[in-house]
Amino acid sequence: MPKALSIRNLTKTYRNGFQALKGIDLDVEPGDFFALLGPNGAGKSTTIGIIASLVNKTGGEVSIFGHDLDREKDAAKACLGLVPQEFNFNSFEPVVEIVVNQAGYYGIPRRQAYERAERYLKELGLWEKRHETARTLSGGMKRRLMIARALVHEPQLLILDEPTAGVDIEIRRSMWAFLRKINAEGRTIILTTHYLEEAENLCRNIAIIDHGEIVENTTMKGLLGKLNVETFVLDLARPLAQLPQLPRHTLRWVDELTLEADIRKEDSVNQLFTDLAAADVQVLSLRNKTNRLEQLFMNLVKENRPS
Amino acid sequence: MNLRRNWIAFQTIVIKEVLRFMRIWVQTVLPPAITTALYFIIFGGLIGSRIGEMDGLRYMDFIVPGLIMMTIITNSYANVVSSFYGSKFQHHIEEMLVAPIPNALIILGFVAGGVCRGLTVGVAVTLVSLLFSPFSMHNLGVTLSVVLLTSVLFSLAGLINGIYAKSFDDISIIPTFVLTPLTYLGGVFYSITMLPEFWQGVSHLNPILYMVNAFRYGLLGVSDINLWLSYAIILGFIAALFSFSLYLLNKGHGIRN
Repeated sequence: MPKALSIRNLTKTYRNGFQALKGIDLDVEPGDFFALLGPNGAGKSTTIGIIASLVNKTGGEVSIFGHDLDREKDAAKACLGLVPQEFNFNSFEPVVEIVVNQAGYYGIPRRQAYERAERYLKELGLWEKRHETARTLSGGMKRRLMIARALVHEPQLLILDEPTAGVDIEIRRSMWAFLRKINAEGRTIILTTHYLEEAENLCRNIAIIDHGEIVENTTMKGLLGKLNVETFVLDLARPLAQLPQLPRHTLRWVDELTLEADIRKEDSVNQLFTDLAAADVQVLSLRNKTNRLEQLFMNLVKENRPS
Repeated sequence: MNLRRNWIAFQTIVIKEVLRFMRIWVQTVLPPAITTALYFIIFGGLIGSRIGEMDGLRYMDFIVPGLIMMTIITNSYANVVSSFYGSKFQHHIEEMLVAPIPNALIILGFVAGGVCRGLTVGVAVTLVSLLFSPFSMHNLGVTLSVVLLTSVLFSLAGLINGIYAKSFDDISIIPTFVLTPLTYLGGVFYSITMLPEFWQGVSHLNPILYMVNAFRYGLLGVSDINLWLSYAIILGFIAALFSFSLYLLNKGHGIRN
């Protein structure tokens, strides 16, 4: 079976000479839930723009489910649904028309387009708003409208460029559930996000792009396994007179009732508690200082910075 | 399959375009009808009665074809330039760019939208003209074909303006400084036989002259220009503008980075 997405030696140099992509290679398997992460300006949106035919590439090859974007453009486009980072619908059009028109652009007859629009707008909680113009929707509704629009021609590959940006946590979690469901139904999803918790929760494979290059491309588990030290924050039951010295762990003050503890990959949290109990430190609660993926992401990006 | 898919995509663009200008008919359809009524009252009624006859016709009757054609030209152009630029400005042109729609079809869809608006407003203005001038039809085939082809031509011109436009100022520069002067100097209000020989020659460089006269021939049977030359000029411009707009879209000018 062909790859859901295959990118070979993709380059993009803008007219001002800026090299946004320096020859990236990337494969995404069918059915995957794939994270494409990177700092701002790393080349994520340029890559997505090229895949979606919104940006002209300088060199390289892109194929979607085996259809080369240069030689079989229409077939490749038919396989792809895009939820872009910025709102890109006519804000004066009614919600249902935006979705139905998009279906029409893919050759879906109008009656069938209305049926599909109804299904996706209902699934995404927008059916009640179908006759309202898009500009009257809240930010979260606009994001969901773009998802409904991207799905109406039932693409095999869905690319979401920061789909939950600016969305409250309740809606974000309902969007996660929806994306998990359509992925479980067999649709391949590529996600870019700045919420690394989101990527960690949803995605099975991950690529990190920085300065126009792929600096990491592995499984989510594999990547998280590379984290050598995790930092935890400990909330204490009572203030301490002095910082305890533990044999295996380094502790730091945050304030008199809060400590930070580094735990190496080979050590266990149990051992930390045993050592803390021995030092007569009572801990009320424990949490990660940062998301694990966030910590790795920062490490990778820092390593890739020019010295 | 491709033919059917393309046909549905084309229909979709046309429906979207027609709904767009009909949703705001108070801005798009009503003003030209009111403006033209004022032209009829002032130029045709008040001033025209003192001018006398032109090309053997009452002045009011003479200006009717020109005013209808002027309305069709400006509205076809305005519809496409504003719609296309608006779709760039709000980025919803991307809805079409990500879909498997050939660029030629995007052009045809926008042009069809411009033609629909041009014809809708043209019919509205024609109805208003009936209040001032009796209906006359010399040759239905010539009338309809000239209206249609002229509307296509200026829709294409509006599209090219929309492709190049980078701000809202850019979509009003051409209509204000090029289209309006050419229309007014294109024989809407006078017969070019009234001009000195040199200016008659200069007027022949104005493509709108050929359209207004061909349309006047269709309605009234009088024209300053050979009808077939008018057709040749209109079709030539359509072919050139379509090819150029297709070239621009294929290159991604103004729409792809």
